[in-house]
Amino acid sequence: MKLYRLLIEALESLNANKLRSILTVLGIVIGVAAVIAMLGIGRGAQASITSRIESMGTNLVYVTPGATSQGGVQSAAGSAGTLTLDDADALAELPNVSAVASVTNSFVQVVYSSNNTRTRLMGVTPGYQEVGSLTLEDGEFISEAAQNARSLVVVLGNQVAQDLFGSTAGVVGQKVRLNGQPYKVIGVLAAKGGTGFMNQDDQVFIPLSTALYRLVGGARFRGSSVISQITIKASDAKTVDQVVQEATRLMRERHETVEGADDFTITTQQDTLDAATQVSDTLTVFLGGIAGISLLVGGIGIMNIMLTTVTERTHEIGLRKAVGAKRQDILLQFLVESMVLSLLGGLIGVALGWGASQMMGQVQILGSSAITPVVGVDSILLATFFSMAVGLFFGIYPATRAARLQPVEALRYE
Amino acid sequence: MIDVRDITKIYRLGSVEVPALRGVSFNIARGEVVAIMGQSGSGKSTLMNIIGCLDLPTSGEYYLDGQNVAALEEDQLAEVRNRKIGFVFQQFNLLPRLSVQRNAELPLAYDGNLSQREITRRSSEILRAVGLGERMHHRPTELSGGQQQRVAIARALINQPDLILADEPTGNLDSHTGAEIMNLLLGLNRDQGLTLVIVTHDPHIAAQTQRIIRLKDGLIEGDEAAPQTTTQAVSV
Ligand SMILES: Nc1ncnc2c1ncn2[C@@H]1O[C@H](COP(=O)(O)OP(=O)(O)O)[C@@H](O)[C@H]1O
Ligand SMILES: [Mg+2]
Repeated sequence: MKLYRLLIEALESLNANKLRSILTVLGIVIGVAAVIAMLGIGRGAQASITSRIESMGTNLVYVTPGATSQGGVQSAAGSAGTLTLDDADALAELPNVSAVASVTNSFVQVVYSSNNTRTRLMGVTPGYQEVGSLTLEDGEFISEAAQNARSLVVVLGNQVAQDLFGSTAGVVGQKVRLNGQPYKVIGVLAAKGGTGFMNQDDQVFIPLSTALYRLVGGARFRGSSVISQITIKASDAKTVDQVVQEATRLMRERHETVEGADDFTITTQQDTLDAATQVSDTLTVFLGGIAGISLLVGGIGIMNIMLTTVTERTHEIGLRKAVGAKRQDILLQFLVESMVLSLLGGLIGVALGWGASQMMGQVQILGSSAITPVVGVDSILLATFFSMAVGLFFGIYPATRAARLQPVEALRYE
Repeated sequence: MIDVRDITKIYRLGSVEVPALRGVSFNIARGEVVAIMGQSGSGKSTLMNIIGCLDLPTSGEYYLDGQNVAALEEDQLAEVRNRKIGFVFQQFNLLPRLSVQRNAELPLAYDGNLSQREITRRSSEILRAVGLGERMHHRPTELSGGQQQRVAIARALINQPDLILADEPTGNLDSHTGAEIMNLLLGLNRDQGLTLVIVTHDPHIAAQTQRIIRLKDGLIEGDEAAPQTTTQAVSV
């Protein structure tokens, strides 16, 4: 029988048992929809994390205090006050790099008249603007003069300015209070985007000296001021590995530590990217598992219903054989039917999953901006292919049974 | 055309053996019209299934157009049924999901050489010839018994077979409709020279054929020319 005719007959036969067909493919529909939706969300999340990390610059190396645990995961980082300004100065001497020190305080209260917001404070040197790829929307960044004078000046992240003033216009020159101290706003940063802990627009910058001596710090280690982080910018992405090696060597020398007993941790943007990718890969494997199980269950449902169909249509098979159908004709008829059935399930599942991921993309999670789900052509093709393969695989047994029926026996069947 | 030599057919039901045919031999020439008669259970349908290449005998030989049927593979038998033989059953055996036209076209779906256009042309022509030109797009269940049997005859004719096998074709019809169907079948022999083998209980119907083979308990009890007189008697 010709293929288009097989397809028409398969659709007609499925249409004749609409409810049954729908119930049969429900398993595949739900499985495929769940996977498409969650993959879409997962990839959307990964894309936004990746772009955010990359927006910070790909050739950055971070030195933070505290040891690294075995698995490469930083443990209690920042708790040990072992990183000093002298370390930063020493690292800045390395070839092909610029290095800047900063102190961080995650919970600073910023007040402007009756508005206030809680944000992250960064005490930085003027060089941080270049290292952190910061762009100003208005005003200027922290100057050497301000650094030397320990001035009470602040540069606001874009969102902080929005939160306090409702806009970024006319903010420069205003006075805000940080933990009660009055600071003059000298600049507002351009928006960078990002959400949650990665939100680069939700922070304020003051001179490092001001932070150390007037607001946050005061702790000292080996005769130098304790800082929170040293950010090194390698001249380009290719030299990052070399910079890491040299920085590690230098830090071990200065801190008199050996590998495995370091009191500092050096990470790169690539490490962060890798971690994010690893999370997403794990998610993909997990989703693949769910997809596999749901397709298996759906396939068994299809096999079950196809066996019923073959039994119900024994007489029809007998007649078709009597008028000349060969084994292969009958085999194909039922294979096409089960494949059309599971393919329909797969396509409906793709459509539903796509719709669901778009809807989930609209929802703002924990106040962070919504992520854009990414439903790739590859996952659609994969879902389509696999659902069809399931129909083929689970259709083989019922179709073979149908093809093996003897015409006389089948015609006698009531 | 049909050459049956000492055919037996034994059905096995568990340990019980049911001999349906116990040694049957006869020839049927091209263009003959033959009635097969006998009581229920005498082996008529079993014999028709073997002649129709739907089933193989337990022993004995069957030559169709000189071809030894026992030597054919399952799929080759399907091809023979498709090309050479048209079946008409007591139960009509139409597929309720398909339209009248698609039912009639069914054998051509397994022929593979014709374009859909040619298939449609042929089925329309044949359905008009059996008086169903107006009903082609109906479902079989919307038709009367006589009309359904006409669809079955159209289906039997669509692939231009040499042999029509009809197993009690009028068994489910009232006598008037049955006579119409018989006229249609006999007309095929008269106009196109088709060979007809018809199983029937009805002596009036048997009398319209040329030859009557009587079966009893799986054996041939009689094989004689039909009484000639009644052949022209029935008209519609
Ligand atoms: N598939 C079968 N399995 C077992 N016994 C059968 C089968 N087909 C027919 N028979 C038996 O063979 C005998 C002949 O049957 P059949 O050819 O159908 O007779 P008829 O058509 O003359 O009524 C009967 O006894 C019937 O019960
Ligand atoms: Mg019978």
